[in-house]
Amino acid sequence: MQQLVYQHTLPNGLTILGEPMPWLESVAFTLMFPGGTAREPHDRIGLAGMTLELSQRGSGRWSSREVVEELDFLGVDRSSSVSSFYTSISMSAMARVLDTTFEVAAAMVREPHFPEDELEEVRQSALLELSSIEDDPAQKCFVELKRSRFAEPFGRSSLGTVSGIESVSHADCVAFHHSHAKPQGAVLSIAGRFDWQDFLKLVDRYLGSWSGGPARDLGAVEPRIATVHIPHDSQQTHIALAYDSVAYAHPEYYRGRGVVGILSDGMSSRLFTEVREKRGLVYAISASSHSLKNCGSVLCYAGTTSGRAQETLDVTIETIRSISNGIDLGELSRLKSRARTALVMEQESSASRSSQLAYDWVTLGRTTSRQEVLAEIEQLTSESLIEHFHNHPPKRWTLVTIGPEPLEFQDEI
Amino acid sequence: MKFKQVTLDNGLEVIAEVNPNAFSQSLGYFVKTGSRDETLDIAGVSHFLEHMVFKGTPRRTSVDVNRELDDLGSQSNAYTSEEQTVYYMSVLPENQNPALDLLTDMMRPSLRDEDFQTEKQVILEEIAMYDDQPPYGAMERAMEEFFGEHPLSTRVLGTKESVSALSAEAMRQYHSDRYAPNNLVLVASGAVDFDALVMEVDKRTNHWEACPLERSLNKPLTVSKQIHMIHPPATQQYTLEFSPGPGYMDPDRYVSRVLATILGDDSGSRLFWDLVDKGLADSAVCYTYEFQDCGVFGLYLAGAPEQQQENWELIQSIVSQSDSHPITERELELAQNKIAAGILLAAERPSNRLFSVGGSWLSSQRYETAAEVSEHYRGVSLEEVQKAFERLKHRTAVRVSVGPDTAA
Repeated sequence: MQQLVYQHTLPNGLTILGEPMPWLESVAFTLMFPGGTAREPHDRIGLAGMTLELSQRGSGRWSSREVVEELDFLGVDRSSSVSSFYTSISMSAMARVLDTTFEVAAAMVREPHFPEDELEEVRQSALLELSSIEDDPAQKCFVELKRSRFAEPFGRSSLGTVSGIESVSHADCVAFHHSHAKPQGAVLSIAGRFDWQDFLKLVDRYLGSWSGGPARDLGAVEPRIATVHIPHDSQQTHIALAYDSVAYAHPEYYRGRGVVGILSDGMSSRLFTEVREKRGLVYAISASSHSLKNCGSVLCYAGTTSGRAQETLDVTIETIRSISNGIDLGELSRLKSRARTALVMEQESSASRSSQLAYDWVTLGRTTSRQEVLAEIEQLTSESLIEHFHNHPPKRWTLVTIGPEPLEFQDEI
Repeated sequence: MKFKQVTLDNGLEVIAEVNPNAFSQSLGYFVKTGSRDETLDIAGVSHFLEHMVFKGTPRRTSVDVNRELDDLGSQSNAYTSEEQTVYYMSVLPENQNPALDLLTDMMRPSLRDEDFQTEKQVILEEIAMYDDQPPYGAMERAMEEFFGEHPLSTRVLGTKESVSALSAEAMRQYHSDRYAPNNLVLVASGAVDFDALVMEVDKRTNHWEACPLERSLNKPLTVSKQIHMIHPPATQQYTLEFSPGPGYMDPDRYVSRVLATILGDDSGSRLFWDLVDKGLADSAVCYTYEFQDCGVFGLYLAGAPEQQQENWELIQSIVSQSDSHPITERELELAQNKIAAGILLAAERPSNRLFSVGGSWLSSQRYETAAEVSEHYRGVSLEEVQKAFERLKHRTAVRVSVGPDTAA
């Protein structure tokens, strides 16, 4: 469980974090900067995603096609995404190709060509992607849940809106990138097989002269109470639920996460047992902890054929409330056992460590060690979880359903 | 990294790729049974049985099974395909014995009537969930039409009707027929104590009796067919095309996958540049499926209904350009690098290796390291991939399209 995490801040404000995992052959890095959807102008929703896409169509010494070819040649697995507050680019590859791989990523941030003649293609792609979720009601349910719960500007989907996407101009993309892709407030993390000093030199070469920031603070996120039904001609009704919990930066986060674990981690968890195993109501049911800055929520999903949707919703809520009746020692010990194993196994993946380092930094302003997380988990007791549940009971519910008929939901609404 | 293999007296094979430096180990029973081993009247039984395996044994209730899986801190699950049913767990090395005990016990489930009825509802929910996703329905239909009378045409999930009509007795019979030790392989990867594993599994299974089993292998007839399906709530149009490809035992499968990568990978391929990058289609890809005796070369297109016809014609022209636009050395090299890197990056996790090692053994009784597998792709020549490209022009195919109307 020994773990070393390096940390360095460049004079331009960029934070660099590194976790050596010399037992691996791979290396992975994540670059996050404050270019999220909440920073889009209100009439340009979808701009962050389009800007990210356009920034990858040629940068530095590579044309649009050459970027893809170079990364394929190097065998790089890559992904990029936009969340409410950040844009992130992640790449993983064999350690020997780190230098060029990093140069490509840095060029996307520092020297994107933003080809004007490709904007329409980016727009059409964005519109197609947005329309594709209409055929995936479970995903659409979560998009709508976040939109209803976190409201403007925090509840925006990275997929954007039709009117937002249609309004984006080339100048909007260039301006959005130049205002937000800045080193202050950005973090670069690396994990796997690498030499820290060599990496710092590499970063200095490509990002040392980067400047600007910090990003404007957007204020606190206040969740909304809402019940939304979207009629859909489907066999199943998709149910997405959210209620208040504690955020990742909250001192009691691990207690809140522990309660969610009792509800949803593993096949012996309460929701799986009560809703699926005992009653056969669903194939899919889950709950997870979600943090949007200061705002912590639990998000739940259940999908069931429409005639059984009301019972599914009722049993789900009843099961969530059943935490106040007690947590037995077996449940607690299984929760801890799963957490311990997961902490050991994360050492097998450079990509998951690099993204966790970056996430910790932008959310907590520091990294967390395995020892620290383990100590938090070992401290949990049934009493502390129940006390937490009483102090932070489920409230301010948001419910979104997609299916033939709306459901009855009384709680506080 | 060391490969080990033992066959027990009852026919159960135990194989492992041992990496003493790994942090975890993965264990799985790979059962050589799936939807292709079903008759139509029990369609879906392999998959339904996979669910029932978690519902308890003579020694454990269903609650015990789920609790123990979590007690061991395991990442565990199961899946059923056309040719195999796999139950797996990833655990810390110190939990090897209890994990093995649990997993082995699960291979002899009680299959109680009451659990059967409750779980039937879960399966019907799973079928309903996929029925609401139009591309999934198109894929199932394409399998049915492409394979026709061949056993691979049976749906993995079965149908609402076949699952509703299935009896617990029929499932018990299927289990007793298909879960004989000689039809099972215990696969392990990572930090495994192989000798202890073999000793323990032998102790737990030496009373299991082997029974003769067979799977009918033959190539499907090639058919040409076009089907249009309407799914009124759909927003996009989805088109799939299946044509014959090399099977798992055919060395040409490496060539076929390289060709599919060059023509239709989700990034950097010809379809990507001409359709997806240009914003014409949401998705346009080529892929391969490999089965024991045959394979499929697939095309898939998703996009706006009004654009589908034009996009489909464009795809047809791209995959027919072997003369005017032959495969280049550069395209081959990029595809080979991409495939090889993907294999090597995934191989860092024992849980990923479990499926590669187990899948290969089940289909071909062969073990290869990740590096050896990647070398097969690197060994594909330009001439081979160009020839495969030329053959595409003359393919016989089944095409299924689904969307809000019959426009495409």
